[in-house]
Amino acid sequence: MQLVLEKRAERSNTIALISPLIAIGLTIATMSILFAILGKNPLLALHAYFIAPLTDGYSLQEIAVKATPLVMIAIGLSLCYLANAWNIGAEGQFLIGAVAGSWIAVKTQGTDAGAWVLPAMLVLAAAAGALYALIPAICKVKFGASEILTSLMLVYVADLFLDYLVRGPWRDPQGFNFPTTAEFDPVATVPLLIEGGRLHLGSIIALLVVAAAAILLGRTIKGFEIRVVGAAPRAARFGGFNANQLIILTFAVSGALAGLAGIIEVAGPVGHLQPGISPGYGFTAIIVAFLGRLNPLGILIAGLFLALTFIGGEQAQIAMKIPLDVTKVFQGILLFYVLACDSLILYRFRLVFPNRQVARGAG
Amino acid sequence: MFNSTPNGLHSNKTPLLQAIGLTKRYGDFLANEAIDIDIWPQQIHALLGENGAGKSTLVKAIYGLIQPSAGEIRWRGERIVLSGPSEARARGIGMVFQHFSLFDNLTVAENVALGLDGKESFKDMAARLEQVSRTYGLPLDPRRQVWQLSVGERQRIEIVRALMQDPKFLILDEPTAVLTPQEADQLFIVLERLKAEGRAILYISHKLEEVKRLCDTATILRGGRKVATCNPRQETAASLARMMVGGEIKEVRPAAGRQTTVPRLVVNDLSLAPDEAHGVRLDHISLELKGGEILGIAGVAGNGQDELFAALSGERLAKDPGTVVIEGIAAGHMSITQRRKLGAAFVPEERLGHGTAPRMKLSENALLTGHAASGMVRHGFIDTAATLKTVDKATETFDVRKAKRDPEAASLSGGNLQKFIVGREILRNPAVLVVSQPTWGVDAGAAAVIRQALLDLAASGAAVLVTSQDLDELAEIADRIAVMFHGRLSRPLATSEATREKLGLLMGGSSLDPTEAAHAARA
Repeated sequence: MQLVLEKRAERSNTIALISPLIAIGLTIATMSILFAILGKNPLLALHAYFIAPLTDGYSLQEIAVKATPLVMIAIGLSLCYLANAWNIGAEGQFLIGAVAGSWIAVKTQGTDAGAWVLPAMLVLAAAAGALYALIPAICKVKFGASEILTSLMLVYVADLFLDYLVRGPWRDPQGFNFPTTAEFDPVATVPLLIEGGRLHLGSIIALLVVAAAAILLGRTIKGFEIRVVGAAPRAARFGGFNANQLIILTFAVSGALAGLAGIIEVAGPVGHLQPGISPGYGFTAIIVAFLGRLNPLGILIAGLFLALTFIGGEQAQIAMKIPLDVTKVFQGILLFYVLACDSLILYRFRLVFPNRQVARGAG
Repeated sequence: MFNSTPNGLHSNKTPLLQAIGLTKRYGDFLANEAIDIDIWPQQIHALLGENGAGKSTLVKAIYGLIQPSAGEIRWRGERIVLSGPSEARARGIGMVFQHFSLFDNLTVAENVALGLDGKESFKDMAARLEQVSRTYGLPLDPRRQVWQLSVGERQRIEIVRALMQDPKFLILDEPTAVLTPQEADQLFIVLERLKAEGRAILYISHKLEEVKRLCDTATILRGGRKVATCNPRQETAASLARMMVGGEIKEVRPAAGRQTTVPRLVVNDLSLAPDEAHGVRLDHISLELKGGEILGIAGVAGNGQDELFAALSGERLAKDPGTVVIEGIAAGHMSITQRRKLGAAFVPEERLGHGTAPRMKLSENALLTGHAASGMVRHGFIDTAATLKTVDKATETFDVRKAKRDPEAASLSGGNLQKFIVGREILRNPAVLVVSQPTWGVDAGAAAVIRQALLDLAASGAAVLVTSQDLDELAEIADRIAVMFHGRLSRPLATSEATREKLGLLMGGSSLDPTEAAHAARA
């Protein structure tokens, strides 16, 4: 008896829908074993991770706040990945967007600049993120450099650049030498949706981005172009679509969305520019994109789920002294299982009994 | 039907190889269903059938590449289980595949060495290679690199490689598909000689005249089952075709009195360097194609047909706009989309991955080439109803058979997908249609539909350029036939004067000297 992986005649839409659920189930099983090895009660740990955050209003708002950058970045990344362009550097584009937007906030600090400040910050952040993403895209198109490596390496450049600014020219004079800018003025801050709460305007922007991506991919010729270039490059060229132009475009859009997410995070929940504004949103968004099947609605759900793991991880640390890094282990295992389960969309398992008479006429 | 032992010669001996009740199942699909076949020494045994009839599956099982789901194989009367091709080779079974597995950047001798189980020194092996190739009249220079060789020479490497193992039983998969008529004749001499030496040969083909001429026995497969075993010399081509197809094949009728009109596609002195290593350079190609006319381009694969298609479609651009003129407009610098807007349509050789995106729906594949000029896109938004309408219309007009209204392209059979692709382009009413290998790997019924569609399109005033390796197909539909060789295009011959001999000479690179010179003198 033998277990073989067999190609399906047509992709299975059922599996495409339930494959993320299978992956989540396998991840939870693996994590339970890991918790047990760490000497923690797996049931209590899983409760702290996945149930407790859903039971109070503060945590629910916090999940939405954390999901906002994840969803915005992941939508941009999904466009890249659909078009076979591998942007791994969203974290860097996020930071550069945060820096560029903060520049306006820092320069207008204490002046009586008007309501134009926040919109200008958002636009500049998006533009900076897009330009930063264009560096690997152009290197890829012009010189054939691997965009995976160049986009990833530029993350560290952005990270250190931000570090330099907040320790040097932009440091708050009244900040007791902490590496941070002064708190942004109210006109440079993303408004809250509920007074005294945590939910801010950025979450609405993220929802608009999801809707726009759904329309782009489902209804427009540009969305079709993105899908066909990724799915069948030679057929796309025969259709008259230019893969290189699309690499430039999708990188620019995903960079813009990452940059926008960056400034919304800084001008929203954080309130000032400092190192460590991102707990790895740009990387976690890669998991969100794949867990969400590169589909806008799926990404929205996956973004909320991964935000839950961030919040749950914090709660588990406080309540059960489980290290925060376990959250990253969790996310890594999840990505692994998501990609593994995806092979079942195009393939299926089948038991084979060699050298045994197969009943005839069954087919 | 015809199950008597052929020729009655071997009734009292056991066959060299026997397959009994051989069945191969892929999922729910039965590729081979209880097939019996007897292979006798000193016989050339034809395996006939349309694409998808199960020929490849059967020989793969005999060569040990796949394991049958049921049934058994006997070698000299004794049951064997082949774990892989090397075991088959060790028993004396050799195979020459249709698609060669050769490394372009290695020499002939190095390629042969890689395919052998390697106990002798390289020098001895090279000497034996030269000797075998000389003995059988298959001249090969062991020191030449494969990329410098013609397709016919590459096939010789595969044959010599198989012969160096001294096989008792040799399988050849559609060997003449890539040969000129003259090269095919030479191959037949070799096969006759192998037969005379007492070897058995299984000859896979769908060319009936060839089988009638060469083979002693024929086994015919249809839909995964054996239909008959017969003596092809006692059959007519028509009776063999009926058994293969399971019915009469519709005859293709050219429309009476086609009028040629203005030139719709003109190529002026087009030269283009290859864009990949070992590609073919297009060398001063010129042609003129009028409305109402079908021009056929014959030639052995790999002589620049793919490069010409890319240059005509706009997948590759020429420097000089005037080299490709569509509907009187210089288009050499235009993209494929712009050329489509001028009224051109294209059907590439490769159906999956080039002509269609395999994992996308037919409606999306209609959009793939229709987005530029067919009203499927308004203000950047896709009109899904319009794309579905194209699918329905192509389905109806060209008899595309599929399981549901809008399936993925990859789920269609080759013939049905090709009918869809050709239909998709013809429904756009093109002024110029450039089509490459229109019926390659397509069943006879679909091939007839497609050829008729091309004839009807020309009759309606379009210019049609057909590249094909199938000379019979070109003779059936083309008005004129030109031959591609080493990136050059010969002067077209009227189909009535394009004999197999003349075309074969051109395909092999000779020019038709006396007449050519006379024409040149007159011009």
